[in-house]
Amino acid sequence: MPVTKDRINLPDFNLSPRIDQVGVEERASRFTKRSIKKESKMNGLKLVLNMIDLTTLEGKDTDGKVKQLCYKAMHPHDAVTDIPTVAAICVYPSMVRVAKKALVDSGIKVASVATAFPSGQAPRDIKIRDTRYAVNEGADEVDMVISRGKFHAGEYNFVFDEIAAIKEACGTARLKVILETGELGTFDKVRRASDIAMLAGADFIKTSTGKIQPAATMPVTLVMLEAIRDFYYKTGKMIGMKPAGGISKSKLALHYLVMVKEVLGEDWLNNEWFRFGASSLANDVLMQIVKEKTGLYQSANYFSVD
Amino acid sequence: MEKAIKKSSLSISENGLEKKSSAKRLEVLKTYKIYIGGQFPRTESGRYYIPTNAAGKKLANVCLSSRKDFRDAVVAARAAFGGWSGRAAFNRSQILYRMAEMLEGRKSQFIDELVQQDSPKAKAEKEVNLSIDRLIYYAGWCDKFQQLFSAVNPVASSHFNFSVPEPTGVVSVIAPQADGLLGLVSVIAPVIAGGNTCIILASETKPLCAVTFAEVLNSSDLPGGVVNILTGKPSELASWFVDHMDVNATIYCENNSEIKKMIREKSAMNLKRITFYDKVNWYTFEGQSPYFIMDTQEIKTTWHPVENIAGAGGGY
Repeated sequence: MPVTKDRINLPDFNLSPRIDQVGVEERASRFTKRSIKKESKMNGLKLVLNMIDLTTLEGKDTDGKVKQLCYKAMHPHDAVTDIPTVAAICVYPSMVRVAKKALVDSGIKVASVATAFPSGQAPRDIKIRDTRYAVNEGADEVDMVISRGKFHAGEYNFVFDEIAAIKEACGTARLKVILETGELGTFDKVRRASDIAMLAGADFIKTSTGKIQPAATMPVTLVMLEAIRDFYYKTGKMIGMKPAGGISKSKLALHYLVMVKEVLGEDWLNNEWFRFGASSLANDVLMQIVKEKTGLYQSANYFSVD
Repeated sequence: MEKAIKKSSLSISENGLEKKSSAKRLEVLKTYKIYIGGQFPRTESGRYYIPTNAAGKKLANVCLSSRKDFRDAVVAARAAFGGWSGRAAFNRSQILYRMAEMLEGRKSQFIDELVQQDSPKAKAEKEVNLSIDRLIYYAGWCDKFQQLFSAVNPVASSHFNFSVPEPTGVVSVIAPQADGLLGLVSVIAPVIAGGNTCIILASETKPLCAVTFAEVLNSSDLPGGVVNILTGKPSELASWFVDHMDVNATIYCENNSEIKKMIREKSAMNLKRITFYDKVNWYTFEGQSPYFIMDTQEIKTTWHPVENIAGAGGGY
């Protein structure tokens, strides 16, 4: 591709730092060794609940299902009084209006996936229209997918431009960029994709769609958190992080909080800057909260499905 | 050190076979671990205790299970419940029969362990034989008790009304202390024959057979998680066995009135079925009956609309 004037300031993404896989995996496993008990566990659990993007992204989603999920978001478990709501509801663009109406003035955000989610295999103008539609319907946040095919082909500028174009289409809505790390293959590429996304204007970077295995893992999240840290040191701009898919147990979620705290610090420990994309995590967290309060191990039978 | 190696190598001839039995071989002892979800983990707590026989001889280092081991076992039992209860009753019967076959094959090992734990040889042999027979007994009942305890009920409206037993779910069991093998088998067999899954706390003083029995289960086509066996102290674990909200029934086989009272109180939390087998003699016929299966079944009644039989002068 010829170097044109407006591209001259873009860094060479091939020069993104290389990642030491063994080192990252070892470091990530260390975060699982911290002991979090009693009061700090309770605070951690409530924080996790407050960071969840309660998600339903299925072909069979109906208005009724989304309304039900919105109710669950506002009333996670009414038997316990002092628990927070989740951060947001994450749905397809066609469900945004329903969710927005159901959540009224609860303060819970509506996030919409867009850009031909989950494959991202569509022309750019369709992706932009998809995004505009979601925003016009009332989405507060947009979760886009990058073009992994183009990325693998080395067309980093294409990926960059696309993210920038979607960011523009979002207007005031916050943009989360899904890298789909399960399709990227190596940590080097995850780091490179993170750098591209952040520089192109992402407000959040997100691991996965939840449709591909492996989804979020601790090592891959660590690589992305370190990319966020380096970006912050370089530019002073905070970027949010959202691991999604595969986090269904409270204990694992607490390990993630430890990781965020030790890599990025306290400033990121709120739902403005960190989210969990999950559907079954919420109930496990609720069961743990009730366990902490009553001392009794809980049964899924006594918690609403959604 | 070098000397010792030379010395022992002396007793080995050139073709590798032993010449004399003079060199004492260091016996390889079994690590007695617990059985959760078809795996043999050590206790999460890292603790152990050393049961002794009457002569004061140390039997083994046995896992002193914690409440977290129990919690993990409940998760495994719950996960296994759908598959186990959904199997054809006849298939459950085949698997129980297979357990008996495997136990028969390892008879001498069990007799040996019972003798270590103070049983006279003849009594040990009787206990193992009875345990095998008991598995066969319940293998037979797997696909027959339903017919016996089901009913078609006469009702006044035009409904076909019938009641059938269904497994209650996850059962926690505190096994009899006295009979390390027979007690264990006699309690487990009816619970799983009926399609339940269970977590059992083995005899605290005589735990050896329980762990070895887990090895029998593991080689019997029994899906992991259907039976989970823990070793440890009832005094420490009993309350957790009863107040876990995901446990549907509790069986207690001892006669400690304090623990019984606690079980009655705590089981009310989620309306567990509770059963006490403190007066059962497992060596006699009273130790086996289809009614033991029914202790962990619940009766489900279905009203199925039919044409107006009564109006047509039908017999219901």
